[in-house]
Amino acid sequence: MKGISEYLNVHSNALAVRSRRNNILASNIANAATPNFKARDIDFQSEIRKVESEGAVRATNPLHIKASLQGPTGTMLYRDPVSPSRDGNTVEMNVEQMEFSENVIRYQTSLTFLNNKISGLLSAIKGE
Amino acid sequence: MSDIKNVFDVAGRSMSAQLVRMNTIASNLANAGNVSGTEETAYRAMKPIFSTTYANNFKDSGISTTEVQGITTSDRKPERIYMPSHPVADETGFVYSAGVNVEEEFVEMLEAKRQYQNNIEVVTTLRALMMHTIRMGK
Repeated sequence: MKGISEYLNVHSNALAVRSRRNNILASNIANAATPNFKARDIDFQSEIRKVESEGAVRATNPLHIKASLQGPTGTMLYRDPVSPSRDGNTVEMNVEQMEFSENVIRYQTSLTFLNNKISGLLSAIKGE
Repeated sequence: MSDIKNVFDVAGRSMSAQLVRMNTIASNLANAGNVSGTEETAYRAMKPIFSTTYANNFKDSGISTTEVQGITTSDRKPERIYMPSHPVADETGFVYSAGVNVEEEFVEMLEAKRQYQNNIEVVTTLRALMMHTIRMGK
């Protein structure tokens, strides 16, 4: 069992972080007209490294069950605006839309990899 | 108000905020030609105040949305027009026209429309992703 979950781990972790980033970008887009709202984002690289190294909770004993991805406490960063606006809002629609579509594509990529792995496993199990 | 849990709450609440904005614009445009006998009773453009609402677990999820905090009236002065034959004209023959700038309202209407569309787009995309995820392994 552990073998299978470890086999799928990389992409399922990536999927969780991507999904979290999708929510953050959706929040930015929802707040595009709110004065003084500062656009937020996470750094995917460092987040995924954090999740892979220790999970959500650090295990102090090798017998501890490794915590799953229930709410990783990531570092929320602020976006540096290209051209700041007078009302203090740092959401730039073009930037957010590009980041969002890139993130969606990368989510789909991870999903496709997962699907391929699962169908590989299935055909190995069935022995077809 | 209940907590913001997912992207549907985020986009839904932001869309209702944009709809409130759209309603104020419609009211402003509908009242654009109105005249009144005194400066105090003349119509003044209404503007919604947007504010950010954060989810309870914002530190973990990073979810926030926008909500209408209240509605103010713009400080644009009503225009004073000389119209002695008008039934509501004051003793000097002036009426006060509604303090609404039609061009400004139109531009704001376009902006509200675009932001509404952006929110719908986000929900449509993420809903498709969720459906793909549900069908994983099939």
